[in-house]
Formats: sequence, C-alpha cells, structure tokens
Amino acid sequence: MRFTPDHEWVRLEGELAMVGITEHAAAALGDIVYLEIKAPGTHLAKGDILGVIESVKAASEIYAPIAGTVSEANTCAIDDPTLIGQAPEGEGWLARLQPSDSSEIDELMDADGYRALLDSLGAEQ
Amino acid sequence: MPLHYPTGVLTEHRWTRAHAGLFDVSHMGVAFVQLDRRSPDAEADHRRLAELIEPLVCGDLRALRPGELRYSLLLNETGGIVDDLLIGRPTDPAQQGSLFLVVNAATKECDFALIAETLGGAVQVDRRDPWGMMALQGPEAAPVLEAMCPGVSELGFMQFAPHEWREQSILISRSGYTGEDGFEILLSPAVAPSFWNALLEDARVRPVGLAARDSLRLEAGLPLYGHDLGPETSPIEAGLGFAVHRRRRDAGNLRGHARLACELAQGPSRIRVGLRVLEGAPAREGAVIARDGEPVGVVTSGGFSPTLGIPIAMGFVPPSLSAPATRLEVVVRDRAQAAEVVPLPFVPHRYVRHTHAGDMHALHPRP
Repeated sequence: MRFTPDHEWVRLEGELAMVGITEHAAAALGDIVYLEIKAPGTHLAKGDILGVIESVKAASEIYAPIAGTVSEANTCAIDDPTLIGQAPEGEGWLARLQPSDSSEIDELMDADGYRALLDSLGAEQ
Repeated sequence: MPLHYPTGVLTEHRWTRAHAGLFDVSHMGVAFVQLDRRSPDAEADHRRLAELIEPLVCGDLRALRPGELRYSLLLNETGGIVDDLLIGRPTDPAQQGSLFLVVNAATKECDFALIAETLGGAVQVDRRDPWGMMALQGPEAAPVLEAMCPGVSELGFMQFAPHEWREQSILISRSGYTGEDGFEILLSPAVAPSFWNALLEDARVRPVGLAARDSLRLEAGLPLYGHDLGPETSPIEAGLGFAVHRRRRDAGNLRGHARLACELAQGPSRIRVGLRVLEGAPAREGAVIARDGEPVGVVTSGGFSPTLGIPIAMGFVPPSLSAPATRLEVVVRDRAQAAEVVPLPFVPHRYVRHTHAGDMHALHPRP
C-alpha cells in the first residue's frame, strides 16, 4: 500500500489500483455522510479530482493519486458512507482505477514515509 | 466550545435528541441593561426601560412579565436585522427597571455599543462576559436538572428564574437552540466549571460541540445570525414576522417601518424556506437554488440531517416558489440536484409549555 500527501492510499490489486482515504484522514473528517466518484470511463491525470467526500462538517475533494481511468466506484460506500469512517483502509475503499502506468504507484510514499509525514504534521501542531 | 468532542458530531446530535446534550455557550454576549436611576415604583421603572429599548427592537417589551424571556430582533434603519437576541425581565421585585439580554458572540460588541450609544446616560450596560453560560438540551434535560436544582421543571418554555447552587445565585431559563426541551444556565465563573462537571456526572448527559449545535438548530428550522439573517434581511423575509409586535407595527415607531409595512401589505420579494434535498450531496451555504435551471435563490444554511438521514437546507426564494412541495433544484459543484420545499421545522419542536399560571407570575400579577 502506498500513500499520498493528501492522505489517500492506493494499492494494486491485479491490474486495477484501489484507492481510499487513510485512517488519519477518516478520523480528521469525522462522520462521513456522502461519497461521489467520477463516472466509470473518466480519464484522470494524476492530481485530478476523482470525487468528493462530505462529512457532517464539510466537503473534501479526493484526488487521483496516479493517472488512470475510473473503473468502478465502491457502491457499498456510496450507499452507506459510514463504511468509509469505519474501515477506510478496507471495506470503505472509494474507487478502482485502471492505471495509465502502474509504476507511478511505486513513486508514492510507503507506510514508513507516510508515518513520518504524520509525525511531522503532529510536530507542527 | 470545540467543534466536536471525541464521540463525533452524529453521536452528539443523536444523543441530544434522545437524552441530554450539554453545550458550553459562554461565548454568547450577556448583559444586564438597567436604568441609571430607579424609582420606588418597580412597574413604572420597567415601563420606562421598555420604552427606552423598544425603538431598537421590534418586540413588545412593555408587556414582558417578570420571569419571561422573549426572542426579539435588533433592526437597522432599513428594517434589516442587526442581530437576534433574547430579552428577559428579572423576577426579583428589587431588580425591576433592568432587563437581561443574550446576543450573538460575533455581534456582541456592536450590539452593546449600539444600545449604549442610543440610550446614552439613561441606562447602564452591565456586561457579564466572564460569566459561564451553558445549555442542557434534550428530553432528559428536565429530570437531570431537576435533581440538581429542584423546581426548575416548573418553568415553562421561555421562562426563567434564579436558583441557588452551592450558595451562588445562578439564572436558569427554559430555552435553547435545538428544538428540544431544555435549559440555558447563566452563572458566575466561580461555579461554572463545577456546575458543568456536576452535570456530566449524570450518565444521561454528554458534552456536545459546535458542529452538532449547528445541525440541531438547522433541523429545528432556527435561523443563525450571519448566515440566515443579516443587515439586508427583514424579519418578514426571514419568516420571523411573529417577532414584529402588532402594537409596535400599528404605532409605526419601528426602525425600517416603511419597508416592514410594505412587505406586510404586499408580501416580501423573497422568503426563507426549508428544502429537502432529494438526491446527491448536501447543499451548503452559498449553493444556488434554481427552478428549471434558472437561479431563484441561495442556500443560507445547509447540511446533512442526522435525524432524517438526508441533506436539508434553508434558503431564500420568491414567495411564489415557497409553497410546500414546490419542486426546485440546488446546485452543488455545477450539478442541479432535485429538492423540494418543506415546512419548517424539519424536525418537530418538543418545547414544554405550562398553561397554568406559575407561582412566579402569581407573585407579580399583570397590572
């Protein structure tokens, strides 16, 4: 599993890249009430908006961690967005992408790198 | 007051609807406004103070009885709302010729400056900024508070009385901002933390933050100053015509009287409505309200309703589109989502009103 500075994770499963938000992001967002993901077939450059998560507090955009084409949204999480808060790195995944170049995933932070990022954010506060 | 406590907004919201939520609202602006010189005639003093303050607000303060709390609006010269506030008349015969005011945090400096400036030396504004104010709201609020302050259950909605707690005088009103039965408590900094902690010792009470305060008041259809109300908005547009008292209207001595009279006679150009968002994301403040693709208004408060499980919003639309069941759209991230007008409140109020005249009133019969 790899991580972005926007607190998303991405994991290759077969040919598809699964995308979600991290435990840290889910805890920061609070109760999640709505998920919207771009339609399957949408081409996204790295950093394009993949979708939107709304918590009780606010709306937050989800960015494509790598370039690719939307293959599938997690319809269970769309029907019951509380799944995202309960298991953000498991059942509460957001979408599957067909990567343009799956080696882009390797360029992202690994778990240690992401933990170091969280530590530095914690140190700032 | 934090945005939320560790349990999260939804839990806090639902806890308040089912049990008793405790809110720290010490940021509100509280002051006692009193006549500079009082006479031995308490009733005359009250009338004199009411006549001094009435020109600034649209309510009937003259008829306020001891122990009564009233929702009112400070207006500007064009009939726009400068603030919404609560005004109470003390129960103590020795305190007549004084009223207590609770105004919004963001506007308190302007409000109290306006009052001091308009009334000049005739009154003193005694601010209670360091005082603590908390709200205990929900169906279990009354039994919880009754155990600590026997007698509070006898208060009806929008009545208040002083109580003793650990030899300190505290002021308790049956009022709130959630649509539930509940109380607001004003007390000195000497006892505020211990009172807060004593309430939390009751298992029926949990602390609730600002985010749930907002979702609760939205479900209750209660406007929030700076969002649903502002200096451009008249009480008639805001659906707060009940706060514009008939005697004041007929006498024509209201600020912005010409506009209010015109809006009452011909109807306002826009009016506050409730909207159920039938599909898609919550429509938040600033979202455009449309009808067949044409913009017709703006959302002033919106979010997810934990009680109803759907997004709800309040906003302003022309009166011709304000009837319940009118189909409209709310535009979220460039997409028009179906919405329909519904009556306010979204979630029914559960205020407790006593129809019998309480002892408090019997002590101070109406003149």
